[in-house]
Amino acid sequence: MDILTQLWNGFAVAALPINLALIVAGCFAGTLIGALPGLGPVNGVAILIPLTFAFGLDATSSMILLSAVYYGCMYGGRISAILLNIPGDEPAIMTTLDGYPMAKKGQAADALAISGVASFIGATLATIGLTLFAPLLAKAAIYFGPSDYFALYVMAFATIGGISGTDPRKTLLAALLGLMLGTVGLDPSTGVARYTFGSFNLYDGFDPIVALVGLFAISEILFFLEEKAHGGGLVPPGRVFPRLTRVKEGLGASLRGSLIGFIAGILPGAGASLGAVMSYSFEKRISDKEGTFGTGDPRGVAAPEAGNNAASGGALIPMLTLGVPGSGTTAVMLAMLISLNIQPGPLLFERSPDLVWGLVAALYLANFVLLILNLPLIGMFTRVLGMPAWGLMPLVVAISYLGVYAITHAAFDLMVMVGFGILGFVLRKLDFSLVPVVLGLLLGMDMENNLRRALSISGGDFMVLVQSPIALVIYALTAAFLLLSLWLSRRQNGIVPQPPQH
Amino acid sequence: MKLKLNSLRAAGIGAAMLFALPAVAAECIAPADPGGGWDFTCREVGRLLSAEGLVEGNVQVTNMPGGVGAVAFANVASKRANDAELLVATSTVGITQIAQGKYPADIDTMRWLAMLGADVGVIAVAKDSPLQSVDDLVAALKADPTSVVTSGSSGAGGWDHIRLLLLAQAGGVEALDQIRWVQFDGGSPAVTQMMGGQVGLVSTDLGEIKGFVESGDIRVLAVLSDDPISAFPDLPTAKSQGYDVTGYNWRGFYTGGGVSDDDYNAWVERLKTLYDSAAWQETAKNSGLEPIWRGGEEFTAYVAEQKEQMAEISRQIGVIQ
Repeated sequence: MDILTQLWNGFAVAALPINLALIVAGCFAGTLIGALPGLGPVNGVAILIPLTFAFGLDATSSMILLSAVYYGCMYGGRISAILLNIPGDEPAIMTTLDGYPMAKKGQAADALAISGVASFIGATLATIGLTLFAPLLAKAAIYFGPSDYFALYVMAFATIGGISGTDPRKTLLAALLGLMLGTVGLDPSTGVARYTFGSFNLYDGFDPIVALVGLFAISEILFFLEEKAHGGGLVPPGRVFPRLTRVKEGLGASLRGSLIGFIAGILPGAGASLGAVMSYSFEKRISDKEGTFGTGDPRGVAAPEAGNNAASGGALIPMLTLGVPGSGTTAVMLAMLISLNIQPGPLLFERSPDLVWGLVAALYLANFVLLILNLPLIGMFTRVLGMPAWGLMPLVVAISYLGVYAITHAAFDLMVMVGFGILGFVLRKLDFSLVPVVLGLLLGMDMENNLRRALSISGGDFMVLVQSPIALVIYALTAAFLLLSLWLSRRQNGIVPQPPQH
Repeated sequence: MKLKLNSLRAAGIGAAMLFALPAVAAECIAPADPGGGWDFTCREVGRLLSAEGLVEGNVQVTNMPGGVGAVAFANVASKRANDAELLVATSTVGITQIAQGKYPADIDTMRWLAMLGADVGVIAVAKDSPLQSVDDLVAALKADPTSVVTSGSSGAGGWDHIRLLLLAQAGGVEALDQIRWVQFDGGSPAVTQMMGGQVGLVSTDLGEIKGFVESGDIRVLAVLSDDPISAFPDLPTAKSQGYDVTGYNWRGFYTGGGVSDDDYNAWVERLKTLYDSAAWQETAKNSGLEPIWRGGEEFTAYVAEQKEQMAEISRQIGVIQ
């Protein structure tokens, strides 16, 4: 029971008044940062680093603060996704699929409560997994090679055909468009510029978060302008307080989503977005008997939220046990550890048990704080919808510009954002779902990198892709998954096309 | 100790007054996302500049990622060439890009301030690898250049790749272009992939993979420094094995080309004061950097020379024509 003793010592560290105060402050700041479109956990954490220096915090307290912000962002990203159809950060895109339709039906408070509880379940289960199995899981993750990652992305793309209610062919076309956009920029393995037209601003390609804010936030505003011209209205605020019965509907989905998200999180590089995507498409396949997904099904809100929160907990495993950043945010946290004179790496558990276990204990506490913080705030958040459109819409535009500019400090990205906004408007007019576009862009880059790595290893021989047993298992699962959905849709006599979601 | 720090601090302030250096507000551009080497350089140096009282208030760190530093370079050249309050972090990696024509302009567009330290290149294999020394590696590559899959945190033709090829070249390996190279997003991901058996060798900065050296999960075939490094005196240098190759990755700063001589000299002085402080020496050591100072004209000449060297090597290995 060594782990329990150490965890107990960890709680002794985390429960110091200063650390408790940091947890509460971090959770609150994180929720807000996550909710603002554009500003995500990477920036949130980076912004707070100078603050930790200024307060002279020690390594443990600094890590506790940053982790609380990180967890808080994962909770926060869903808020604007549900209320405004604008995901606060990348992992929250899947939450728009059922969250926003719920809000349109006047169930915004229910959706916020369901996703809040799902986030809590996902993050808590991931923290328990982290406590019990961290070193073991890290050892297993090492054996995941480039061709295995490639297989994982193949699986993700094979399953997104059915994620949005519209015509699956349109979903695949939209994903293809995203993949094409993802090829812009320097080819990472050789440094050759592709489709940059000589502009250095395009060397790093399109930042998924800039594309995301443009596609969702800006196109939403264009839509609003159009509807306003035709006399349409905003989303109704509906009930202010959530109903417990609705929360219960998402519990099963939360548990399944947590497991999938956690696994995606442990693999460095895959991360929270992949966790959310896989959780949603899996949940939709097994539970969507009446075709309610995409129209505001609580399970469609719970699964991806549990998934992305579990993934961010999982991403701490490679960070703490190996010193390998699983995501942009953990990369920043690692850099801060180094500057505080703590060497991350395989010896961190042995050398700094106070830090590691204090952090793990703080994560448990942060989860409770976030749950307690988020439930009463639901009433406040839903009142945002009661704001008059002439106040709300300019605010959304301003925050979008601010958030995007804060990432790269380049005016060029603002133009890219507007470009994506217009693209999003046109696509939605044509009844395309925007989610696959972002996923194509977001996952396509990683998919390509891993394909290139696998081919570099083999010297160009494509057989390397099917020589790893892990990859073969993933391909077999993908095939089984596709066959199952084919069989299910036969039995249901074809998929009923859903009305477009705008 | 506290007294010592205070007196040092007083000495620093004294020195600053002696050279009549007014403290300025300052901004440091890290031309990369948060979390990388350039970001670290800005944040650490910025923190110390402010702690040592060399600048007014805090140093604002601005992340401007893109094109391995090209976006920040273009931005400073076109919009902030005269900004005397601006530092931009750079390193050997940036000079490699310039040498290969991947930046919008040449080095004379900017004024090169100083380098404060250098990370040392390291060639490592997994602990169960049959390769025990650089001799083994060279022999294996000579027999079959595809027999060892090599990797690091830069793309093909980047500094991690070039350092490895320099070593192979020094050993007389001829088929340099046939050696397989895999790019990962950083040194530690490359090492974990090596531990999982996906690749056979990692070439990167020691600072990035220090943790794995300490834990004994990897075996260092060679560090690419002139002398054994202070933090790990037992690691063999390439030179001690008969291969005359070094591969430092220095960390330093440039500022805009329109900054006046007075402002330029004042920055070089400030950075020198920082370099001499106990705090920097300590920070550098902890983050795996060897403190090395080159400033002002000496540094500018060094950058020009290194750029020529890089262009030459890049031509030899076929990265540029």
